[in-house]
Formats: sequence, structure tokens, C-alpha cells
Amino acid sequence: MEQKLVALSGNEAVAYAFKQAHPHVASAFPITPQTEMMHKYAEFVANGETDTEIILVESEHSAMSAAVGSAAAGARTFTATSSAGFALMWEIVYITASLRLPICMALVNRALSGNINIHCDHSDSMGGRDAGWIQLFSENAQEAYDNAVMAWRIGEHKDVRLPVMVTYDGFIISHTADALRMLPDDVAYKFIGDYKPGYALLDVENPITVGPLDLTDYYFEHKADQIAAYAKAAEVVQSVSEEYGALTGRTYEFCEEYKLDDAEMVMVILGSSAGTAKDVIDEYRAKGVKVGLLKVRMFRPFPAAYIAEKLAGRKAVAVLDRSASFGGFGGPVFTEVRSAMYGRQVPVRGYIYGLGGRDFDLGQVAKVIEDLQKVAAGGKVEDVNLLGVRS
Amino acid sequence: MTSPKAAATTDRMVEIRWHARGGQGAKTAAMFLAEAVLDNGLYGQGFPEYGPERRGAPMRGYTRISAEPIRRHCMIEKPGIVIVLDPTLLDSAAAGVAAGTDKDTVFIVNTTETPDSIKKKLGVKGATVHTVDATGIALDTIGRPIPNMPMIGALLAVNDVMTVDDLKHALVDRLSSKFSQVIIDGNLAAVDRANKELVSA
Repeated sequence: MEQKLVALSGNEAVAYAFKQAHPHVASAFPITPQTEMMHKYAEFVANGETDTEIILVESEHSAMSAAVGSAAAGARTFTATSSAGFALMWEIVYITASLRLPICMALVNRALSGNINIHCDHSDSMGGRDAGWIQLFSENAQEAYDNAVMAWRIGEHKDVRLPVMVTYDGFIISHTADALRMLPDDVAYKFIGDYKPGYALLDVENPITVGPLDLTDYYFEHKADQIAAYAKAAEVVQSVSEEYGALTGRTYEFCEEYKLDDAEMVMVILGSSAGTAKDVIDEYRAKGVKVGLLKVRMFRPFPAAYIAEKLAGRKAVAVLDRSASFGGFGGPVFTEVRSAMYGRQVPVRGYIYGLGGRDFDLGQVAKVIEDLQKVAAGGKVEDVNLLGVRS
Repeated sequence: MTSPKAAATTDRMVEIRWHARGGQGAKTAAMFLAEAVLDNGLYGQGFPEYGPERRGAPMRGYTRISAEPIRRHCMIEKPGIVIVLDPTLLDSAAAGVAAGTDKDTVFIVNTTETPDSIKKKLGVKGATVHTVDATGIALDTIGRPIPNMPMIGALLAVNDVMTVDDLKHALVDRLSSKFSQVIIDGNLAAVDRANKELVSA
């Protein structure tokens, strides 16, 4: 099978991946840097390359509401947004997961206001981390494409039936032309498969009720069911990723390991920054510094035991968050990783970096590696640090 | 003109910074070059610097080219090559044309002035400066003052990421669906001329 090498922006790559699933419905409202993705998708529809019904709505709240209606009716459905658009979807974001609707969403990471900023950080997706969506982060256009193909299989799996959010860094990935390989359309569709909804409002032979009043009598039991769903979801992410790896040669797990085997010190990171970190890790490896990287691809469900196992026995771990949890103990990834490492006797330090698109440069990676060496030698580094901010 | 080629691109990553004004096609050029080198077995990454986008405002674009897949996604702070589409940016400190450059940097400037005169304006000791009248060439060949593709033609006179023929193939392959034959033909003529008319110090 030939996988064509192309240069596309992250937005174009994800639009293409979504087209290969031939969703019945898409509803979206434009917001930078997501706009180009839906622009591209609308072009595919206008050119007759797919017959998705695009619903143009007046806000993101409506975009997600329309997606819920569409998915509940039994249609394969997607949406896409960024930043404040995602924030405006808020109420419905929870409903989507609670109703077990396998909607796919491209979330092009952008800082939240205020002040107003169009550039990348992860505060939008991190704000939604408790909403019940599966969250897959992507390092580059290739991974955004691959995650966007796999998302359908994962979310629509009969044991999962949950919405899936594919995230990629605004501008850094969404607007960068990058080399990637794509599956032929027929192969991609065969992998994704036809959508067979478990329940559908339009299936009038089997009438159902969706989203009724659910008070003290049953609400908690329904939430218990939902809580239990995420262990199964993780299993399906794993099995779908393995199958995709066999098909494409590109293997994915919950996390990617880079020079981790013998690493005494490890950086934990998400998204495009992982690539930059790898280049600097190579420089330190050449000097004999045993540093490696664990890139979190699946942040929800959070693979706590898996990550703890990967980080066990290391001399020092640095967790990098491209978002802040205001008033919290470090960024969200730090909090989760440190909690997962409870009782493991591995020192874990947190770094908040890159807010509002502040460039994550080679020097910042070097600074973290220098700190890791200090911690490994028993030196003092604060629990939570700001990286790349001017004093 | 003759000019020593830059170090073969397969040895190390080539990092290019583009300076232009909105509307001159620097974003298109930065991303197009990243795409075009794929046909030569190289990897490319191209991206503009986004801010308030308006026609005429100073903007920057970036292109990385490498024999290996490109992993880093940070800004280019020390470009090996700086391509200036609008010479008036040389007078603007805010445009930062000389930022992060040194004696090893190669500048290619769209201007009717001489390399020596541009070198004085830049004030970068030891840097190599080439000039080409890309706007004049674009007006002659394309009929519009769009100097972006001619500047890639000029680049190929001093760097071997691909040949001018490769560039022309890529132009036809990738732009035919977007532009009329007249515009494509104009661009093909423009890259040829800019490649031959580059002036070195």
C-alpha cells in the first residue's frame, strides 16, 4: 500500500482525515486557528468529494448542540473549535460525553482570553479534561492526521461510545506545512468502517429517550456507569492503535517513549514541544547525559498506572504543562503525574511554559535538563516553576 | 553570475527566515518551498509568524529543510539564510532583518541597490549579501509586483536544496490548479531570470 508523502498544514491534514471517514454531519463556527480546517472541509464538500451536511451555526454553543442532536439521531458527526469557542461549548461538552455520543472534535489548541491571544497553549483542552471526552494530543501534522483517523474507531466502538477530541497546537501545527504520509481513501475508510450507532432517535422501530430528568434516584448510577467506561476506552485506544500500527507502520501507544530505556532523567510533555525536546535530548545524550522523554498522547483517560510504570526508578522527572491551573498545585499534567507517582520515591518537578504561544525554544529544554541533573544529584529545584517567562 | 553554493543541504538543516510585507507572498513562498523539496527526497517545514494580519504590514515567514524528518517546532532564531522581499524593511528596526544573524548568514535581498550598499545598511560584519531586482523581474514576467517565487529562484543560485528545473516542475505540479496558465508561465520565466540575475558582492 502506498502512503503518499505530502506537505500539508495540520489543519489540512485533519480536514483530510475527517473527510476519509465520510461523516454524515458537521457543525461548526469559525474561530482562529481552527477556521482553516473547516474552510478546507467545506471545500471538500463543495467539490463533491464527500457528502457531509455542514450545519452553519451562530455560535459554538449551537455547534455542539447541533452535533449532539445529529449524533443522537444516529449520524456520524464532527465539529472543530479552539480556545474561547470550546469554552462557549462548555455546557454541551459534558452532555455529549454523558449521553455517550461518539462525536469527533478537532480542538486546535489556543490560549483562553483574557487578554486576547490567538496563539497556542493547552488551557482550552485542559479546561475540558473532566468533561468525559477522550483526549488525544498530537506532536505534528502526521500525528494529528493519524489520531483523526483513529478517533472514529475509538469513539464509535460499542464498548466505548464516547466523544473523542483530537488536539494539535494552534499555528505551530495547524498552520505549519509539514511532511506527512496519508492513507489512500479506500484504505482509510475500510479501517474506520461504516458507522452503526448503538441507539438512534431516528430508529423509530426502537424508540428511546435521550437526556431525560435524572435525579437522586438514578443519576449517580448513570455516572458510575460513565466512570467505568474509561477503563474500557483505554483498552480500545490501545487495540485500535495497534491495528493502525500494523496497517501503516506508525505505532502509537498511550505515550511515546524517546530514549527512555536507560534514562535516569525524564521529561514528560505533550504536543509539538515534544519534537523540540527530542532534538535537545540528542545533544545531551551525545554528552553522556542519560535523559529521555515520555510524550503523553492520551491524556484522557489518564493512563496513571502505565505512566507510573514508565517513570518508576528514575532519578528525576520534569513534567511540562502548556497551561496553568490558577491557584492549583502546578499545571494539570504535573498534578496527575505526581499523583500517579505517589509512593514511588521519584522526585517530580513541574514547569509551566509556552502560555499564549511563547516560543518553546531549545534553551528552555536545556534549562529543564540542567534542573533535572540538579534534582538527580540531590539539589534543590522548586516543585513548580515557570519556564521562559521574563522576570 | 557565479557563486559558491552553500554547504550541501543533506549535511545539516537549512533554516531560512523570510521578511516581507503582507501581500507579497512570503507566507506562500515559505510554505511552498517546504513542500517543493519533498520531491527531492528532503523534508520541509514552512510556517509564517502570525499576528495582526494586514496588507502592507511587516511579516516574517520561516522554512526549514533537512535530509531527516524535522522534529523541532520552535522559531528560527539564528537563520542561515535571510530572504528579504521588501527592501524598505531594512530601514525598520522593528522588522528585525538582522536579528540573530552573524558572519555565516547569507542574505538575499530584493532590491535594485548593490550588495555593498545593502551590506552597509544591514551592519552585519562578514555576512554574505546577494541582491536581485525580484520586483522588477516579477513586473516584467508576471505583470504584478509579487516577488516571492523569483526569490526562490534567486535562492537556488546559492543553495542546492533543489535545481531551478525542480522548482519549475514543482510550480507547475502544485500551482496549476490554483492559478491561470499565464500566471504560471510568468512565474516560470521569473524564477529563471532571478536565478541568473542574482548579484553577489
